[in-house]
Amino acid sequence: MTSTVLIIGGGQAAAQAVDTLRREGFDGRLVLVGDEPHLPYQRPPLSKQFLAGELAADRLPFRHQAFYDGHRVEVRLGKRAARIDRDGRRVVLEDGEEIAYDRLMLSIGARSRELTCPGAELSGVHYLRGIADVAAIREGLKPGARVVVIGGGYIGLETAATARKLGCAVTALEMADRVMNRVVASSVSEYFAHEHRTQGVKIVCNTRVVRLEGARSVERVVCADGSTYEADMLIVGVGAVPNTDLAADAGLPCENGIVVDDRCRTADPAIFAAGDCTNHPSLRFGMRVRLESVDNAFEQGKAAALNMLDRPTVHDRVPWFWSDQFDNKLLIVGLSQGFDQQVLRGDPATRGFSVCYLKGGELIALEAVNHSKDYMAARKMIAERARPAADKLADPQVALKDAV
Amino acid sequence: MPKVVFIEPSGERREIAAPVGVSLMEAARQNGVDGIVAQCGGACACATCHVYVSPAWLSKLKPRDEMEEGMLENAWHPRENSRLSCQIPLTADLDGLEVTVPEQQG
Repeated sequence: MTSTVLIIGGGQAAAQAVDTLRREGFDGRLVLVGDEPHLPYQRPPLSKQFLAGELAADRLPFRHQAFYDGHRVEVRLGKRAARIDRDGRRVVLEDGEEIAYDRLMLSIGARSRELTCPGAELSGVHYLRGIADVAAIREGLKPGARVVVIGGGYIGLETAATARKLGCAVTALEMADRVMNRVVASSVSEYFAHEHRTQGVKIVCNTRVVRLEGARSVERVVCADGSTYEADMLIVGVGAVPNTDLAADAGLPCENGIVVDDRCRTADPAIFAAGDCTNHPSLRFGMRVRLESVDNAFEQGKAAALNMLDRPTVHDRVPWFWSDQFDNKLLIVGLSQGFDQQVLRGDPATRGFSVCYLKGGELIALEAVNHSKDYMAARKMIAERARPAADKLADPQVALKDAV
Repeated sequence: MPKVVFIEPSGERREIAAPVGVSLMEAARQNGVDGIVAQCGGACACATCHVYVSPAWLSKLKPRDEMEEGMLENAWHPRENSRLSCQIPLTADLDGLEVTVPEQQG
C-alpha cells in the first residue's frame, strides 16, 4: 500500500496529479515541493493577459491554499530538490531536508533556452517563464519603450503583441525565413506576420543575432548581416530545455527529457514523471515526443497519479495547443510531422481558415485560425483516424466532419 | 458575493459563493467542482468546462460568440442551453444561477 506520494515540481502536471490522487481516494501522505514561491499556477496568461495587467495575480493559481489544506497536501514552496536517493527512496532538498517516498513524481518542467552570444549577460535581457519574469518585464513595457523580441515562436509573438498593445515600439527578430516555422504551415505564418505588421510590430525574418551591446544594460542588438536594432529592453523566446539533471544524476535514462513509457513510468518502478520534462511515446502517432503544452502536462499528471495508485492507465491523447495574438486565436490539434499532403480550407483574407495535414490519407493534424468549429471537429477525427477526402476538405462550405 | 449552484454528474448539488468578476469556470475550479476540467484556463480553447444552464437563467446571460459557438457545436452532447462556463463572468445579477455539469467533457 502506497503511504507517501512525493511530487517534485509545482506546475500544471503537479496540480492535476494532486487533484486526481485525492479524488481517486488516495488518503496517504501527499507532499508537493515547488521551487517558485507560488502555488501551482497557469502559465499561458503570463505572456498575455497577466503581462498586460488585465488578470490579477490571485487568478493565476489553479486552486487556492484552502484547497490544499482541505485535501491534506503538504505544500513546500520555494524549495528545490538537490538529489534523489533511489535506494533509500528519499529526496534530499537543497536546504537539507529529506523526504521519504513510496512513489515519486517528477514534474520539473523546462527552462528557457538562454542566449550565448556576447552581451547575453547584460541587464535588460529577459526571459519569460514564471511570475517573477513577468514582474521584471512589465516594469519596462512603457509606452514608447523600444522592445526587441528575439525569436518568432509562440512566446515571442504573444509577448510582442502584448508589448505592442501597451504602446511599446516592438521589433521581433526571427532566424528562420518565417515566424512559428517549426509549428505551423506557411500560410498561417504569413497570416500572423501580416497581423503583427498591421498592428505596428516590425517583424524581421532571416536574421541571426550575433551580439548584444550596452554599457551595463542592453542598448543595441547586432545581427550577422550587420543590421542593428536599438533596444531599451530585450525579451528572448528561443525555446525551452527540459529539466533533467535531477533524474539523470540519479541514473534515470534521459534523452531530450526524462524517458518514460505510456504510463508515465521511468526506469525506476517507484518513480514517475509528467509534463514538459518528459520524453514519452505517442501511441497515436507512433513516435516518441516531448511536448510543451498545458494539455500534455494535464493528461500526464492525471495518468501518472492513477498509475502511482497501481491503476494501469495509458496516456494516449491527441495533443493540442493554442496561441492568442492580438484578437486572433490559433488552435492546433495533432502532430503534423511526416505529413504527405497539406490542404488549405478557406481564405486567410476572411480571417478564419484552417490547414489540414494528411498522412497516407489519414487526418493527423489541423491548424485553425479563428475557427473553433474545424478545430473541435478535427480533435475527434484525428483520434478516430478519419480519412477525409482532400477535395471536400478544401471546400469550406462542407463541414469538416462531413468531409469523410 | 453571488452564489451559484452546480449540479455535479453524480447529481450532487454544490452551492458556491464567488467574487464578482471571476468566471463561472474559475468558481468551479477553485472549489473542485466535479466534472469541470477547464484545461485551457478560460482561453476558449478546449471545451472542457461545458455546462447546461438552467433554462430560466439563459436569457440573463450574454449570448455565445462565434468562437464559443464553434467550440460547443462539436463538444460532448451539446444542447440549446450549453455554455462554456469560462465565458460567463459572474455578476451580482447572477446570484442563484444554476447549471448542470455534463457526464463528460471534451
